[in-house]
Amino acid sequence: MAILIDKDTRVLVTGFTGRIGSFHAQDMMNHGTNVVGGVTPGKGGGSHLGLPVFNTVKGAVAETGADLVASFVPPPFAADSICEAADAGIKTCVCIADGIPAQDMIRVKRFMRRYKSANRMRLIGPNCAGIITPGQAFAGLMPPHIYQPGRVGIVGRSGTLGYEAASQMKERNIGVSSSIGIGGDPINGSSFKDILELFEADPDTDAVVLVGEIGGPQEAEAAEYIRDHMTKPVAAYIAGLSAPKGRTMGHAGAIVSAFGESAQEKVDILKEAGVAIVPTPSSFGDVVEKMVA
Amino acid sequence: MDIHEYQAKELLKRFGVNVPRGGIAYSPEQAVYRCSELSGEKWVVKAQIHSGARGKAGGVRICSTEQEVEESAQWMLGRKLVTHQTGPQGKLVNRLYIEEATNIVQEIYLAFVMDRTEERVVVVASAQGGMEIEEISEKEPESIIRSVVDPAVGMQSFQAREIAFSLGLDPALIPQAVKTIMGCYNLMNQMDANMVEINPLVVTGGGEIVALDGKLSFDDNALFRHPDVSELRDKSQEDPRETYAGDRGLSYIGLDGKIGCIVNGAGLAMATLDMIKMAGGEPANFLDVGGGASPERVLMSFKAVLNDRNVEAILVNIFAGINRCDWIAEGVIRAVKELDLKMPLVVRLSGTNVEEGMTLLKDSGLNIETASSLAEAADKVVKSWKSKSIEEAV
Repeated sequence: MAILIDKDTRVLVTGFTGRIGSFHAQDMMNHGTNVVGGVTPGKGGGSHLGLPVFNTVKGAVAETGADLVASFVPPPFAADSICEAADAGIKTCVCIADGIPAQDMIRVKRFMRRYKSANRMRLIGPNCAGIITPGQAFAGLMPPHIYQPGRVGIVGRSGTLGYEAASQMKERNIGVSSSIGIGGDPINGSSFKDILELFEADPDTDAVVLVGEIGGPQEAEAAEYIRDHMTKPVAAYIAGLSAPKGRTMGHAGAIVSAFGESAQEKVDILKEAGVAIVPTPSSFGDVVEKMVA
Repeated sequence: MDIHEYQAKELLKRFGVNVPRGGIAYSPEQAVYRCSELSGEKWVVKAQIHSGARGKAGGVRICSTEQEVEESAQWMLGRKLVTHQTGPQGKLVNRLYIEEATNIVQEIYLAFVMDRTEERVVVVASAQGGMEIEEISEKEPESIIRSVVDPAVGMQSFQAREIAFSLGLDPALIPQAVKTIMGCYNLMNQMDANMVEINPLVVTGGGEIVALDGKLSFDDNALFRHPDVSELRDKSQEDPRETYAGDRGLSYIGLDGKIGCIVNGAGLAMATLDMIKMAGGEPANFLDVGGGASPERVLMSFKAVLNDRNVEAILVNIFAGINRCDWIAEGVIRAVKELDLKMPLVVRLSGTNVEEGMTLLKDSGLNIETASSLAEAADKVVKSWKSKSIEEAV
């Protein structure tokens, strides 16, 4: 089934009746996603896009058996919506919001530890494009037509760079098992390593493309995991080779503040771990083609 | 968002941290008057710019006469100070902080940071204050004390006490040190700071613990709930290109090159800068036009890029997911016409409605080069820019 989402996943949309939530919920439904309803506090009992609206995530789960939340709640309230999903027994929450305060994310991650690991929700994002299993379902705001179904996994911080990778692969007739956006924030739900573990265990994935960038320790952590535990080949691109030190490059997390956080250092660390380096954002196709040949 | 030292000290004081007495001055006369207000025999004149390492650039002077204060103030005000943090263009000094001089017995480093490995607030302290933290980690790494704060309960007094004892402070000073550490944490927590750095925190001859410097940085994502912090913003310390773009809701960073960039998505924007460099050019800016960009927003992006007088060519790189290539093309055409654009322009479109977008560009009859891949776009813009500069040189 690839990872995290497939055609049977029961998807609940929070921030459902807002402009952004409505637009993307409709798009997700148009592409086969099993959206079972949505949540907007105060609008429970009504219907929207032909689906039931609930006041609370717990109420929605009781009625629909939803297991994945796609959150389109705006940044000031997004942290609260993540905690609500975690408490309602949701398995996976994909949070799109760009601009959640870092201290809110610290509290979210602490809150999620209240639950035993077997019942703990997996958070993807925030500040991400979402997750997709091409040909089956997606939760987020990516354009599904650029992904061809296949057997290479993609995990990346940036949405548009992930599109770049997927479309270059499609041009060469290479398909994607699942593509996961972990988001551009300094404190995020799932790390590169978390997603690599899922791809390593997934029988429908043969190889993985990692799209990283400057800032933070997660690429180095991924390199260690790849070196010690991964049997499947991995290719990686790191954005920000020309980024000046100490500046935040659009993504709140894209800032070089410590040793090992620059693009060149990350490239070196990944190369050392046996990862095939994608040297430019135009060579995803070439490198992946060689890797899966 | 960064603020000035004197603003940081006001906030620290509000949270119970001792700071030296002082006052702000916008002119040499005010600086001298501050001395008489403060009385005493020695004063420190400190240039207020958003940068550390001001001392080495001449931005901190200890003075023992009012005449020295006046001369120092005259020298600093209106001057651009260059430090390793400001870049070669430096930062303009338009206000000074005049402080009573402090008798220093011991210098301590104390900082609160968002640690990305712990995903929590971490306190970093060292008894080797006065040096920058990079220097301390290099020269005295074993002097660094770290303590992780549990966000469920916040910083506990025992943690502050452990840090204070590890710093080797006199037992009589421990209650003051604990108050200082807790105060900094409360500030960080309640005001959504990203960083609180006090370097140095000093022990004075009179047995007091005082923050001699203070650096605060706030989480831009949390400013929606802190209008009081937004009030402390000093636009004169920012790159005017960034202020212009930021005020219009664009994510823009000014760089030193000649090739302006308009891209969607932060990752793709970074990658585009990298490609321009690899193709032999230098980017003038980072600009993420965002998702769902209307023609108006594209036009606005052109204005922001052209607001930098050094720009000699422009690259537009869009991979449309929720964007629409036809809207982008419409915005590009309007920009070329309305802004009477003469410089080389290369547009690469991909994704949603790409055919419609390309047709619009082609049918416009305007001098717009197109490209289908990022590599091709970067090559084309660098080549056109180079031949244009040669043309102009001849």
